[in-house]
Amino acid sequence: MATAAPVELGERESYLNAGHGFKSWLLTRDHKRISMLYLLSVTFFFFIGGIFALLIRLELLTPAGDLVQSDTYNKLFTMHGQVMVFFFLIPAVPAVLGNFLIPIMIGAKDLAFPRINLLSWYFYIGGGLLMVYTILVGGVDTGWTFYTPLSTEFANTHVITAILGIFLAGFSSILTGLNFIVTIHRMRAPGMTWNRLPLFVWSHYATSIIQVLGTPVVAITLVLVALERLFHLGIFNPQLGGDPLLFQHLFWFYSHPAVYIMILPGMGIVSEIVCCFSRKRIFGYQAMAMAVLGIAVLGFLVWAHHMFVAGISVYSALVFSLLSYFVAVPSAVKVFNWTATMYKGSISFQTPMLYAFGFIGLFTIGGLTGLFLACLGVDVHVTDTYFVIAHFHYVMVGGMVVAYLGGMHFWWPKISGRMYPEFWGKLAALIVFIGFNLTFFPQFILGYMGMPRRYHAYPAEFQILNVLSTAGATVLAVGYLLPMIYFVWSMRYGPIAPANPWNAAGLEWQIPSPPPTENFEEEPVVTWEAYNYEDLGAVPEKQEVSVGH
Amino acid sequence: MTEPAIPQVATTQDDSPHEHISGIGSSVAIWIALLICTGLTAGVAFIDLGPFNTIVALGIATFKAILVVLFFMHVKYTHEKLTGLVIASAIFFLFILLTLSMADYGTRLWR
Amino acid sequence: MATNQAAVVGTHADQHDPALLHHFATKEQQKNSASLGMWLFLGQEVMFFGGMFCAYLVYRYKYFGDFGSASQTLNIWYGAINTGVLLCSSLTVVLAVRAAQLNKRKALTVWLLLTIVLGLAFLGIKGIEYAEKFQDHHIPGPTFAYHGTVPSHPNQQVDPHHAEIYFSLYFAMTGMHALHMIIGVGLFGTLAFWAWRGKYSANYYTPIENAGLYWHFVDIVWIYLFPLLYLIDRHR
Repeated sequence: MATAAPVELGERESYLNAGHGFKSWLLTRDHKRISMLYLLSVTFFFFIGGIFALLIRLELLTPAGDLVQSDTYNKLFTMHGQVMVFFFLIPAVPAVLGNFLIPIMIGAKDLAFPRINLLSWYFYIGGGLLMVYTILVGGVDTGWTFYTPLSTEFANTHVITAILGIFLAGFSSILTGLNFIVTIHRMRAPGMTWNRLPLFVWSHYATSIIQVLGTPVVAITLVLVALERLFHLGIFNPQLGGDPLLFQHLFWFYSHPAVYIMILPGMGIVSEIVCCFSRKRIFGYQAMAMAVLGIAVLGFLVWAHHMFVAGISVYSALVFSLLSYFVAVPSAVKVFNWTATMYKGSISFQTPMLYAFGFIGLFTIGGLTGLFLACLGVDVHVTDTYFVIAHFHYVMVGGMVVAYLGGMHFWWPKISGRMYPEFWGKLAALIVFIGFNLTFFPQFILGYMGMPRRYHAYPAEFQILNVLSTAGATVLAVGYLLPMIYFVWSMRYGPIAPANPWNAAGLEWQIPSPPPTENFEEEPVVTWEAYNYEDLGAVPEKQEVSVGH
Repeated sequence: MTEPAIPQVATTQDDSPHEHISGIGSSVAIWIALLICTGLTAGVAFIDLGPFNTIVALGIATFKAILVVLFFMHVKYTHEKLTGLVIASAIFFLFILLTLSMADYGTRLWR
Repeated sequence: MATNQAAVVGTHADQHDPALLHHFATKEQQKNSASLGMWLFLGQEVMFFGGMFCAYLVYRYKYFGDFGSASQTLNIWYGAINTGVLLCSSLTVVLAVRAAQLNKRKALTVWLLLTIVLGLAFLGIKGIEYAEKFQDHHIPGPTFAYHGTVPSHPNQQVDPHHAEIYFSLYFAMTGMHALHMIIGVGLFGTLAFWAWRGKYSANYYTPIENAGLYWHFVDIVWIYLFPLLYLIDRHR
């Protein structure tokens, strides 16, 4: 498993310089190029969603609703949610890291359906353009959840264009999931059995199941909302015999599993990073693989925990509450196993590992507070308060975004052929951690004290916590900007990365950084187990090529 | 990649698992069964079976769907177990959607 | 796994087969991948239609009498004939796949064209039904008007709001089904053209097979729609 002798970046052909010009990128079928197209687009939408977040936090600096009118504030939190959920959180890890790495990790030349992969990106862009158009013409104010009959009957904002944008993004997600499932079943290299797959691949397999089977339900539901809005049907309108809760059932049937679409890929990233920087194979490989499948399946059974106070029957609420407790079990198994992997490992604290640590702690807090919410008695008090907001930001930002950043740092050398600056990486990770907790921990207290969500004005006694939260958001923004800057900087000035800067296990580390278009010169034949760290040495001191610029 | 010594002629079956070719007779037989079931379900709708009308109608529909899946879609003849798993998963999750939603509607009026 | 072994020992004939895409090692791998992809797509279609079936289930449960009344305004003959038409088109699809497998180019083209004709016949009958609904003022929206009594309860007037929900779901479900039929007809049109040009043979007929799977699925959706929409409480 000796790595190839390092060569000057400019001389070697890689996927980055194989073909120049817009057409070679916009009509590419190379999964690595498509992943880079996604990287640019999801970063753009993260930025847009982040701007909405900053505007929200600016408004909430003072108790009075003085920055924007309430109608405008409704648009701010709606657009923040829709852009972040549908155009960043759902696609980011699968479409950027999954697309790039899955074929390589299984020893294949590309995904099963490269043209459908490109089509997925175009659907995403189409949906994104519709969302940008919606924002430019005035936005939507229904909340990202589109509850009826507000969205179908009373909202005078651009609901239908937003729906169309989300529908297209959803179809992109379905096709990506379909592509991954077929790839993982059919394209594995000889010897790459299911039990030798990296957990990153297992996680994306489980995620893809949710994408394929869950997304269509929200797609048809949003279609029904659009039809109801256009033709004044009564399917969700209580004045016409419809039930608003039917919308909520159909919406949350997808939107709860959707949160597992967001987190499972991040868990896959964490498994890879923890093993590498503990120099140990994962503790309980089978349990970890079964856990992601368990989360995917159980995640479909709990949706009405978003509806406990909406008017569902108490008996069904009891059932959903119990099921919600069950879904926490496989997640907990994963946290325990990551911890056990680190136990007696040889731990080093490079940037990816800092993010992994952050993930494990913050995801645990987020997950546990989810259990608070699953308890009916507690939920009655804290639902629709900032407690819920803090809970889901802990899992989505403290969990998924942190994992995404960790993964971007871990695989950046592979993707770009360059190293990011380690000092700035560590500093940014620390800033993100501090900023995140300062932003969202006060929100648990605010919610517990009774501050409702989606309000732009609040009682004066909540101000100090809101000020802390806004201060945290500013720090967090700095933490996000730093990697954007130094990743770009590294493409020109960063040290050239070797094929395996971390001395990590996995097929992706055995090909050059950045990889050639066809990934492998010869199809690999796998004869070793995953995470064979006992055969590998330590993490190298320096992650750069000794000869070079 | 070594050059082949002799160019091979493309044959009907060059890989080991044989693709099932539907016979005309069996296809027509299934088709007739489906038409009969259609007539049956329409006819039975005019007979009062109380709550069983719905069950019989859905039962016949399911029987027809099974015939189409097994014979017309060749699932009976495939060696691929994954196909069955995909079908079962979709049906299972649809079943979850329908039953757990009805668990709410069915119990709303309970005291 | 058999597929992995096949990946190593790809036949020489495969490598020069123009139908083999470069990222696949063998034709078998390519065919199995396309097949799995199609089945997964059908799986998501089950969930797509399933959302509407859920809405239908909920309201039929809540408003059974009103739904029964509304259902009886549909023409059972059109529904039954359309079911028959679709079943015939499934047969023609099966025979088309068989023709491709037996290298019968002309037969393949004919069966595909027959499928298209039957599909258009279905859509035509559907169009007639929709026109009738328009005349009856049963199209949901500003022109909707419904007067009727619950079957077997001549004193019980149907709530027109509930009837409108029935028709909303009727048009949503049959409309979405019809949209899928139109896509299917377009798909078969393209395939018929290429079949006539000789693109498909026993060596390569995957698109025919997969389009066939799609068409059978659309047929199955209708197999459920017919009893659910047309046959409620008909005996009253």
